[in-house]
Amino acid sequence: MKLIVNGRDEILDREMTILEFLQTKGIDPSVVVVEYNLDIADREKWGEITLKDSDKLEILQFVGGG
Amino acid sequence: MNDKLIIGGKEITNRFFTGTGKHPNNAIIPQIVEEAKIEVITVALRRVDLTSPQENILNYIPKDCILLPNTSGARNAEEAVRIAKLARACGCGNWVKIEVISDNKYLLPDNYETVKAAEILVKEGFVVLPYVSPDLMVAKALEDAGAAAVMPLGAPIGTNRGLQTKELIRILIDEIKLPIIVDAGIGRPSEAAEAMEMGAAAVLANTAVATARDPVAMAKAFSMAVEAGRKAYMAGLGPVRKEAEASSPLTGFLD
Repeated sequence: MKLIVNGRDEILDREMTILEFLQTKGIDPSVVVVEYNLDIADREKWGEITLKDSDKLEILQFVGGG
Repeated sequence: MNDKLIIGGKEITNRFFTGTGKHPNNAIIPQIVEEAKIEVITVALRRVDLTSPQENILNYIPKDCILLPNTSGARNAEEAVRIAKLARACGCGNWVKIEVISDNKYLLPDNYETVKAAEILVKEGFVVLPYVSPDLMVAKALEDAGAAAVMPLGAPIGTNRGLQTKELIRILIDEIKLPIIVDAGIGRPSEAAEAMEMGAAAVLANTAVATARDPVAMAKAFSMAVEAGRKAYMAGLGPVRKEAEASSPLTGFLD
């Protein structure tokens, strides 16, 4: 299954939720915000949304800026 | 004297705002906040690098700071709205500095797209602080749109060239009822003080602090200059004259 995550192809070898995806990538879910197919995904639903082929994810976090 | 700046229902004592960009390390940020008593601080939103996740900048910003996320990276109103909503979804309040830039040489804001974004974001319940080139008609449009402040640039971002747009900012201060917060280009505390003496409501400087030899001391210097400038404005500057007027009595000399 192929996703597009932050503009890049990402191959998943099994089904997983958004939350599981973040965990496999070593990303602390509490510090990011996720856009799922161009809509903001509610934090509470990350454990319920199962990723499908061709889904688009944007995973963002605050960084230094002026 | 109660001279608080009120934006989005929040009382702000320190009228010097700063940013979190370009610092040599994140650990310096809490020192700056503490030493300069920073109350409003900017951050940006970016894609997480999946190959090497970065530190969370929020860990370095004391919780009582007002977080002002910018929409840097947005090239039009639509992108600015999208970034603002994502920033709000991070759960750190509803303030946003609208920054719409499509000019890569001077990083000048797109005033037209900024007004469009402001109109949408105000309706969405954001406290909207738009970064603009100082233009009276644009500032009026932002006022009509319900912006919380107007943030005109002193000079292009990151240039440390000072209050190059002084005359245009003066017009905004005179004509616009919203707080005018001078943002971008301010390089020295004296320039920040000058903006405040003119009646600016606040000053935001990031690069001038972050690129100083001692950013913590420079942040403190900016806070002091902004406070001094504000006090001078409130005290009312004395008149400027062409010819001398003696400060000491001219009578009563020895013959």
